[in-house]
Amino acid sequence: MKIRLLQIAHARSGDKGDTGNVGVIARKEEYYPLLTKYLTEERVKKHFNGICLGKVERFELPNIGALNFLLHNSLGGGGTKSLKNDAQGKTLSSVMLRMEIEIEEAIKF
Amino acid sequence: MKQFIRIASGQGFWGDLQIAPIDQVRKGHIDYMMLDYLAEVTMSIMQKQKLKDPKLGYAKDLIPLFDEILPDIVKKGIKVITNGGGVNPLACRDAIFAVAKKHNIKNLKIGVVYGDDILPEIDALAKKNIHLDNMETGEKLSSVRQHVISANVYFGAQPIVEVLKQGAQIVITGRTTDTGLTLAPMMYEFNWQWDDWNKIAAGTVAGHILECGGQASGGNYTGDWKSVPDLANIGFPIAEAYPDGKFIITKHDNTGGLVSSSTVKEQLLYEIGNPKNYITPDCVADFTTIHLKDVAANRVEVSGIKGTSATDSYKVSMAYFDGYTAFSTLTYAWPDALAKAKRADEILRTRLLKLGLMFDEIRTEFLGYDSCFGPLSQHPELLNEVVMRVGVRGKDKNAMERFSREIAPLILTGPPSVTGFAAGRPKPSEVIAYWPALIPKSAVTPKVEVESL
Repeated sequence: MKIRLLQIAHARSGDKGDTGNVGVIARKEEYYPLLTKYLTEERVKKHFNGICLGKVERFELPNIGALNFLLHNSLGGGGTKSLKNDAQGKTLSSVMLRMEIEIEEAIKF
Repeated sequence: MKQFIRIASGQGFWGDLQIAPIDQVRKGHIDYMMLDYLAEVTMSIMQKQKLKDPKLGYAKDLIPLFDEILPDIVKKGIKVITNGGGVNPLACRDAIFAVAKKHNIKNLKIGVVYGDDILPEIDALAKKNIHLDNMETGEKLSSVRQHVISANVYFGAQPIVEVLKQGAQIVITGRTTDTGLTLAPMMYEFNWQWDDWNKIAAGTVAGHILECGGQASGGNYTGDWKSVPDLANIGFPIAEAYPDGKFIITKHDNTGGLVSSSTVKEQLLYEIGNPKNYITPDCVADFTTIHLKDVAANRVEVSGIKGTSATDSYKVSMAYFDGYTAFSTLTYAWPDALAKAKRADEILRTRLLKLGLMFDEIRTEFLGYDSCFGPLSQHPELLNEVVMRVGVRGKDKNAMERFSREIAPLILTGPPSVTGFAAGRPKPSEVIAYWPALIPKSAVTPKVEVESL
């Protein structure tokens, strides 16, 4: 089935220089394995094509059912140098949560 | 020893909700309040203010705040710890003493932590082989050295604990880590040792949760933002800390907002890198060991935190002048709002090119359409209006000013149904760029001072 990430996760994003960070949190404990399975670095890099110009790094926090992504070279230079409206990556969380994923598992919402 | 202490977050950045610290002091019991004022380039803004007036260079908001809360905190014995001293914590202290005099408050002890400003020592440090190269990009400092306008070491909790031991009720610091402001009272009250890494890590995690104010208590919450009650009266987070390193995140009763494991999780993930290595001057905390439990409404227990020994470096936050930017906006209305805005952008760029103006970058975004989603934006069937936002960056201030004179003419010489230029010509602003570096701890010593009124 096709789901939108927003249905199974929430997120918060911010900046460190020109790197955006997006923390993605499973809405229920049982959704966390779906995040680790489908939200790979490659998948996220592809999703942010044209926004994230560098590499994507993923870190796991199973204790709180969350993943942390670093999106390098994503903020137009970052800080006061950036010409972006969202120079601090505050809405990268929204961009992430809009992702559509085809999953093998069946979920009832 | 106290059974527990309550440390309140009063401010998450310079310019945060003004009523929040007042509510923290008046709406329930707290022992400490931490106020974080310093973002990455704040010090450089303060440095500029100090150059104009040697009595400035700190978070000026602190003065009206203390004018409001000083009688309360003296009466209740609440201690306040803030890094709002910026580049001039001693002047900040004197300004607070003046407020105390006005209120006839006697015997007020204020502690100051400084010595973080290494701007005058950069070249001497280089001679000692401490080069302050960019820790993220590896670039040599020499490439921007002549444009550096501030350089400050991030101190941790240790010097704050020192002035608390000397009896300070208010602690004013220069560049101190946000987390150190919260960790310090725990170290002091519970007599934790400086190699008790798990407890230091626990206090550090508490600090990370508190350091952005309302962002841990229902603000900016994507989980289910509609369910957060009464954000108009949001209560900022409070850490109720216990001697064994466990703590509870909560907020005052009768305030709005929400503290739940979900709101706390979002804040835990805010602006972190590798969660196993959350590095501060005080320890390295492992965020993958944090255990959260909703124990009651608006009460989340945080436990199980592990940490390891601190590194032998301090982080240095430097700022350097890196040219100028200017921004301008125009609003285009239906029909063909987006097509009109795009055409206006083309016309503008053609004219700028014809003028021979050089910019490092020109960036156009269409607010209401693609400024957040970029290339992922889906073309809307009907767009009522769109805002063209053009930004330019470069070294030549005259080119910036010339750019700003090319916007208004678009209204009468470009696509139709355009508005929104009431603010007039945009002014160029200076780009103050950020340069992070490391310095051996042995190369700098924090200075502390406690004075009584």
